[in-house]
Order: sequence, then structure tokens, then C-alpha cells
Amino acid sequence: MNKIEIKDFNFFYGKNRVIRNFNLNIEANKITSIFGPANSGTTTLLCCLNRFCDLNNEARYSGDILIDGKSIFAPKVSVTALRRRVGMVFEVPTPLPMSIFDNVSYGLRLLHVKRKQRIPEIVEMSLRQAALWDEVKNRLNFPAASLSGGQQQRMCIARILALEPDVLLIDRACSGLDPISTAKIEGSLMRLKKQMTIVISPHNIQQANRISECVVFMQKGEWVEKITDFRI
Amino acid sequence: MFLIFALTSISVLAVITGFIFMQGFPLIADVGLRDFLFGTTWEPTRGQFGIGAMIAGSLAVTFGAALIGIPVGICCSIFMAEFAPGIVRKIFRPAIQLLAGIPSVVYGFWGIMFVVPFIRNYFGGPGLSILAGSIVLGIMMLPTIISISEVAIVSLSHTYKEGALALGMTHWQTILAVQLPAAKSGIVAGVILGLGRALGETMAVIMILGNATALPESILSPVRTLTANIGLEMGYATGVHRQALFATGIVLFIIIMLLNIIAQHLTNRGDMIE
Repeated sequence: MNKIEIKDFNFFYGKNRVIRNFNLNIEANKITSIFGPANSGTTTLLCCLNRFCDLNNEARYSGDILIDGKSIFAPKVSVTALRRRVGMVFEVPTPLPMSIFDNVSYGLRLLHVKRKQRIPEIVEMSLRQAALWDEVKNRLNFPAASLSGGQQQRMCIARILALEPDVLLIDRACSGLDPISTAKIEGSLMRLKKQMTIVISPHNIQQANRISECVVFMQKGEWVEKITDFRI
Repeated sequence: MFLIFALTSISVLAVITGFIFMQGFPLIADVGLRDFLFGTTWEPTRGQFGIGAMIAGSLAVTFGAALIGIPVGICCSIFMAEFAPGIVRKIFRPAIQLLAGIPSVVYGFWGIMFVVPFIRNYFGGPGLSILAGSIVLGIMMLPTIISISEVAIVSLSHTYKEGALALGMTHWQTILAVQLPAAKSGIVAGVILGLGRALGETMAVIMILGNATALPESILSPVRTLTANIGLEMGYATGVHRQALFATGIVLFIIIMLLNIIAQHLTNRGDMIE
């Protein structure tokens, strides 16, 4: 089943066309890697899937992106609701200036989760899913900035998982990480794909090989090749 | 050589402080600290030196100016940092710097020609009042608050904003819940500097506040601030009277020092959260 359908999609920053005539179907409950050399538009493509690209004033697009058969660019779509449903983890960790617990629970509190006592439970579950719980369980009130880079990145993943998204976008999330953190994150992603669709822009081809069933190659914003059952 | 220049500026501070305290201290000792600070009768010719009314005046006007200047200033800096399109920002920024460059006597003149009659006509009283002073000083502290707060918000790491938006926060939630708290130390510094300006302002307040030495009864009453007291009477004061003005200076000095210490304290605490 196709979770995401990208149809004749073009994307521009000002006059610069970053994505060209892109067509792609992304299947549900799989890990899809979008792979390309630097500056090939992979990050932009991921940013378009939760309309993060809207933040740039010069951004324009043509074509369409459907999630569950519905256009994400339709006027009545709530961008904030979309971003909760399509969670994104960035290349650089983005901890908020507050404690670890608050970082993970913040999105939940915005949703006005009815039963407040469930929040600690969800925070613990999310941190376990992101393979971080054992390292931080005794210091949830420490500022998030006190964590190492790898831990911060896993915290950011936990923070997104707490919102129970349908789709998880990961943009070179392991590029600054040590091999152990990377292995932990990859392990969690493999478990998580049962619950959600994961689109990742891997930081090397070995990573794509390790975790994803489907690899899409792009170059200069163009679709090059899609390989399912990818093995080097 | 640079050391010499650095020492010069420091030593000027030391000389001024020493001089003020030397001149003013004997009087405080004579009158008694309590009577000097809380006495409300200021009649130098009869040997009555109580500056309570002026302390109240200074604090009231500064507080009023803060009520006006802080919300307007912070909202304006948020607008400039987050919402203003490039062209608007290019016009606003120099305009606000220009606001800082207007001499205080011009502010005072504008206040007395425009704000004071307005208050007299619509609210009653003499017009020369705490309210008028608060409005003018509130405007005078705006440029300080705006420029420092704006820099504090703009210089935040963009990861805060991205992380917050990726959690499904709206732009406003991001600003209120993430960016403002993160920029808190800078904003507090701007506010304190602005308050310092309001507290130390002399020319404009002499022109607008009415300079009555009685305790103010309402925000429409005329008051005299500590700075105005020195500014008004230094020309003809001699002997004990002059000492009393120096003593007023000591009090002003200490209030501003306290303000700076609070600012330092808040800023340091802000850094530790980071």
C-alpha cells in the first residue's frame, strides 16, 4: 500500500529548481532511503513531506504530494497537525532549551493530552523506543544540552515518537554520531517500522543497505533509480 | 598604554563615587538615615531634608514607564525578529535607532506641549503628572529594550525554532514557549538598561513631572524625582543644602547599583539553563 505518493513534483527556491519532475510512491511500514550526493535535493524533498519547506519565503512548488491519498498542500490542511503526523528529525540535533523530560513531553502537552498521568508513561516509552531510556532515566530533569550529540539526537527521535506519528522523516540523523549510537538508532528504526512509515536520507550507502528495503537515488533534484530489495 | 587609559576611566569612576559619598555622607549622618530616606518634608531653607517623596516619585515614574515600555518594547522586538519582512525591518531598525538619538530635552518639550495638555484635558489634574512622565519615559526606554531584545532573539540558534516547529507547534507557540525563554537573559538585560535610562533621566522629567515635593496621591499628581531634585536645586544650593543634594545622589547611585546587580544575577541564572 502506498502511504505517500509524490506526483510530478517540482520545487523552487527563488529561481533555483531544487527538485525536478519527481515521481515516487513510498510504501507503508517500510524504511525507504532517499540517497544522493550532497546538494542533490534529498533534504528538501524530506522537508516538503511535512511542509517544513513553507518556512522559506522564496519557496514555490508545482505538482502534488499525497499522504493517505490526500494532498498535503490542500488549503484546509492544518500544517501543525501535518507536522505532528509526519514527524521530522534533522541532521543536527535540535534540543529545546529545557530539561530532557520537558523536551520529550512538550509536544504532548501541546496536544492537551487528557489524562496528565499518562505523560510520564509516554515519555518513558518513547525514550525506550529511541534506545535512550537507560542512559537518562536517572536524570530526566537535567537540561537537554547536557547530553552528548548522539544522545541529543536520540532524544529528538523520542520527542517525535511521543507524538505517535504515521510517518517518520530522518534527515542524515546519524551523520555526527558514533557507531554505537548509530547502531542503536538503526535498531530502533527497524522495530518502529511496524508502526509507521519511515523515510530516511542515510548518510552513507552502507546504512541504506543495513536498514532499508527500498532505496531511491536522486541527483540534482531528479529521480534516478528506485531499487527495492536493495543489497550491495 | 592601554592600561593607562583603562585605569583613567576606572579612576574617574572612583573619584566621582568618592566625591559624592564624601560630600553627602555627613548630612545623612546628621539627619539620620531613617529621616532622610523616609521623611517626606523637603524644605532645605528650614533644615528639613526628607527625600521620601522623591524616592516614591522616582520609583512610581519608573514603574509606570516600565508598564508602558516593557510590553511595547518586547512585542516590537518579536515583530522585528520574527515577523517583519526584510524591507520593513530595514526601515524600522534605523528609525528605532533615531528614536534613541533624540535629545531628552526634545522629548521633554514634546511631552509638555502634547502629552501634558492631553492629560489635563481628558483626565483632569494639572497634567504635569506621573502619568505624563511614565508615557514619555516609556517611549524613551523603547529603543534600548527593542534593540537589545531583538538581537537576543535573532541570535538564538535556529535549531530551537526548527525543533519546536517539527513538534507541531505553531509559530506563536514557538515564540512564547521556546524563543522568549531562551532569549530571556538578553531581554532582561535590555529591560534593565531601559529602566536605568528611565531612572537616570533628568531633563525630560524636570519639564514634565511638575516637581512637587509632596508625596503623590494618584497617577495624576505632580512629583519630583531624585534626579530632578539635584538638577533643579544645584544652581543655588550651598552648605548643608548642597550636601543634601549629594546625599540624594548617593541614594540614586545605590538604586541604580541594585538594579545592575539584579540584572547581573538574572543574566547569570539565564546562562546556567543553557
